[in-house]
Amino acid sequence: MNVFFKKIFFSLFLFLIAGMGSIFAQDNHQSMAQKAEQMDVTELILEHVSDAYWWHIITINKKDIAISLPIIVRGSDGKWHLFSSSHFEYGHADYLGFSIAAEGKYKGKIVETNTDGEEIRPLDFSLTKNAVSLLFTSTLLIILVLSCARWYKRYKVEESSPKGFVAAMELLITTLLDNVIKPCIGKNYARYAPYLLTVFFFIFINNLIGLIPIFPGGANVTGNIAFTGVLAVFTFVIVNIFGTKEYWKEIFWPNVPWWLKIPAPIMPAIEVVGMFTKPFALMIRLFANILAGHAIVLGLTCMIFITVSMGAAMNSAMSVLSVLMTIFIDVVELLVAFIQAYVFTLLSAVFIGLSQVKGHHAKD
Amino acid sequence: MNLLQPDPGLLFWMLIAFGIVFFVLAKWGFPVILKMVDERKAFIDKSLLAAKEANERLENIKEEGEKILSQARAEQLRLLSEAKLLREKIVEEAKTQASLEGGKLLKKANEDIQNAKNAALSEIRAEVAVLSVQIAEKVMRQKLDNHAQQTAMIDRLLDEMNIHKS
Repeated sequence: MNVFFKKIFFSLFLFLIAGMGSIFAQDNHQSMAQKAEQMDVTELILEHVSDAYWWHIITINKKDIAISLPIIVRGSDGKWHLFSSSHFEYGHADYLGFSIAAEGKYKGKIVETNTDGEEIRPLDFSLTKNAVSLLFTSTLLIILVLSCARWYKRYKVEESSPKGFVAAMELLITTLLDNVIKPCIGKNYARYAPYLLTVFFFIFINNLIGLIPIFPGGANVTGNIAFTGVLAVFTFVIVNIFGTKEYWKEIFWPNVPWWLKIPAPIMPAIEVVGMFTKPFALMIRLFANILAGHAIVLGLTCMIFITVSMGAAMNSAMSVLSVLMTIFIDVVELLVAFIQAYVFTLLSAVFIGLSQVKGHHAKD
Repeated sequence: MNLLQPDPGLLFWMLIAFGIVFFVLAKWGFPVILKMVDERKAFIDKSLLAAKEANERLENIKEEGEKILSQARAEQLRLLSEAKLLREKIVEEAKTQASLEGGKLLKKANEDIQNAKNAALSEIRAEVAVLSVQIAEKVMRQKLDNHAQQTAMIDRLLDEMNIHKS
């Protein structure tokens, strides 16, 4: 343990020295680039947590190194266009009448300028950073789960029990099954288990990949409202399609004093609103948690660059603090990645369980 | 705000991606795993039950064995004590038999000795009688011849007798 701490302190020390070196290097440029260094942190964080048309990897000597992604848009003339995002030169150029809005309602999105000079949003199915990350993690998840399933197909029950990765997956699956799905849904659980498990692993793997700061990861997929929205809609649909008669009765004719129902349907109205607030809460919770996590990590990292103008001593002290805090928050985010996936699954299971109610007389 | 507006393009891709993942995993992924997990659970439960039964049976067998062993031990003890009794009885019988036989033999020997002694005594008596008659004969013959000689004869006889006596 002691050796471990020594190693940590030693690497922090090295980091500090390296950091100071880079700060001194920056000092030379400071007068020239002072304006540029006074960066807009809000802008930077928003840019990082938002979607993008290219996958930015690193900036060296003010040169951006990024992976260009395919743009798929349908112009106002009704034609589909497929081209690389490199034609936009990171938002500095127009291509085929399309450009990336620098400000306004569609800031950062592809717009088409019509004859009146107005910016209109074309149908845009571009494979953005989030979309590509999504496809990547989906493929990864399918490969992982199917490889597990293949293991189970290959070995008989009597022969062997899983080890390593398959065992870890089984641990997660059985934990969810025994602690979440079975208690929440009841005897009909087998019908919904695949959906809930898919939701859990889908969110979990996207959360984890999102925490990796370099190329295949780092996209704020689960902190995007489109992602959480689709999942919430899936849960909403499943809850309401498979809802029992009793569930619908409790919405439109709940077991409350008649005057809450007859002249003005107060309770039914509340229940109907409740139908929608449940998945809405699911959507916002996941979105806000992951977004906040990414924003905090980015903010803490930005602390290093903000304090550059405060002198080398202050800057290096804040750099150490920033690194320590970032490590701490990153570890917390690992936990959050699991917890949010778990909570989404748990609440989905609870909502499905609530829609599976049988009449009070028919219990047991 | 930009962040709260879902982008239709991303919505589309998300729908496709999640739909495909859900379809694939719900068809070929999780059901297989869940089925196997259930089967393994059933198998483990079954094995546990079988192990419990086997244990119980083993316990029974052990008990039975102990019972048999203790029975055997009691039997052995009984046999041993019986054998001991038998041996003692046999020895006792042999002893009485031996002493009876010995007594008989002794009695017979005594009788034999007595008989031999009696025979010897009667033989001696007969010899002594013959000798006495012979002596008496010789004495009678000498007396008839001479007085002096008679006397000498008697002396000599007496001497002889003395010598014999001494």
